[in-house]
Amino acid sequence: MFPELNNLLNTTPDRAEQGKLTLLCDAKTDGSFLVHHFLSFYLRANCKVCFVALIQSFSHYNIVGQKLGVSLTTARERGQLVLLEGLKSSVDVFFRAQEEPHPLQFLREANAETLQPLYEFVQEALKPVDSEEAVWRYPVLLVDDLSVLLSLGVGAVAVLDFVHYCRATVCWKLKGSMVALVHDTGDAEDEENDILLNGLSHQSHLILRAEGLVTGFCRDVHGQLTILWRRPLQPTAQREQSLTYQYKIQDKNVSFFARGMSPAVL
Amino acid sequence: MLDSLLALRGFVLLRDSVECEGRSLLKALIKKSALCGEQVHILGCEVSEEEFREGFDFDINNRVVYHNLFRDPLNWSKTEEALPGGPLGALRALCRRTHPGPVTIALDSLSWLLLHLPCTTLCQTLHALSHRDFCPDGSSSVEQVCVLGLLHEELHGPGLVGALSSLAQAEVTLSGMLSQTSASIVYRRPRQRPTRQTQCFSILPDFSLNLQGVLPLESQPHPGPPTTQVDPTTHLTFNLRLSKKEKEAKDSLTLPFHFSSEKQQALLCPGPGQATSRIFYEPDAYDDLDQEDPDDDLDI
Repeated sequence: MFPELNNLLNTTPDRAEQGKLTLLCDAKTDGSFLVHHFLSFYLRANCKVCFVALIQSFSHYNIVGQKLGVSLTTARERGQLVLLEGLKSSVDVFFRAQEEPHPLQFLREANAETLQPLYEFVQEALKPVDSEEAVWRYPVLLVDDLSVLLSLGVGAVAVLDFVHYCRATVCWKLKGSMVALVHDTGDAEDEENDILLNGLSHQSHLILRAEGLVTGFCRDVHGQLTILWRRPLQPTAQREQSLTYQYKIQDKNVSFFARGMSPAVL
Repeated sequence: MLDSLLALRGFVLLRDSVECEGRSLLKALIKKSALCGEQVHILGCEVSEEEFREGFDFDINNRVVYHNLFRDPLNWSKTEEALPGGPLGALRALCRRTHPGPVTIALDSLSWLLLHLPCTTLCQTLHALSHRDFCPDGSSSVEQVCVLGLLHEELHGPGLVGALSSLAQAEVTLSGMLSQTSASIVYRRPRQRPTRQTQCFSILPDFSLNLQGVLPLESQPHPGPPTTQVDPTTHLTFNLRLSKKEKEAKDSLTLPFHFSSEKQQALLCPGPGQATSRIFYEPDAYDDLDQEDPDDDLDI
């Protein structure tokens, strides 16, 4: 969890907004630091977290989590974290009876039309259990990332439907929150990714967009982050709707500063 | 004008983008027609009923019927929550609904419907919806319904957007940020040329429209959102034109490289004040003075 990002978003683990979809988007840079931020943020907030991790292994997330002060192993043992490790369980799909439902069932189908098994996994993971109700505050779904589903042969509309159902269940029915990462390829010919990105942008309440600098790599400024609030509660609120900051990723922290105000420049 | 959109009775297309969301305008228009005493049907695919009704007062919520396609649009849950017949069934049910008096139907959103239904089916249903037959006492009369459709235009190619535009009586394209939103409106009336207009507006927290005047026509490029022309000559550090006085002063100035007869005289016979100049040089202790003639080897 990066305290400076919490300040920018005007939130803390104790008073995070519920029922919201936060879209993380990265273009020409790696936005995974945002995923690590939200994972540690919601674990600290004592939420029940379902983490659909399709990009990295559990140990990778665990090591980064430890740097940020949370132990994923402990959270998993306590039942706070339910993790779908895509790299590991994708192999399981091929070595089990076809009748058994598997969240990544689409990998086995020739033309994957629906992500319903994945949604059912999420629904099952975050289903409120009576004995646990007092322990965890609210459910959270975290996905890293949705673009890889396109690469695995799922259509953009199927991914949008999956997000729609997760939103209806997690954000609306269970009053929880949802965070998902999508890559912006910046390629006009990648129509599926454009549909996914724009469709998700329209569904989300808050968009965090990390972009690499147009001038290329820089040692002291790693990129810029644009924060866009899409549905403010008060349409005429004085809060700025969109903010842009530059950031530098450090070992255990990320520092944010106004554009052109990097400590290395001043 | 934005406030007369609802009087058109037909299909009105609202085109929004990620930066400038159009649901607030849709809600503002719904509030307006509910205040006029109309029955409002909403087919909600993208947000929950609670979120949509948020901000409306009790009277308006009473007049609004929300057809909830958000909870279970594809019948994955296998419960009774799904609308029968899926999205198309819900749309057709709206066509058949009979209610005395004027009706407004809001589709939130057309983009969701377009991603799940073939374009031709949707266009036919929209046409049937906006020109539906209404027979309260057996006599066949055609009553026009106001259909408001929200479309996220980045999600669709120009072909689909064009098909829907040609179906619409009026088309509103939103641009700008939330504090200062402008809507460019195209009206299509039968047997008339389409008229265009751009209007600035803001939406108050209670979803009433605050109109802020119409932009002049010449500042409205077609098509698309208005962009302000930047004058490149505004912040120049020099003058592009000279006044008569400045021009005289400029002409009377002699340039440093101009070789005049006075200059020639001054160079040829140095004046009494100009003594021949000399160089005084005191060698430093560490100066590396070369005693040898550098041109020695030339044998001059």
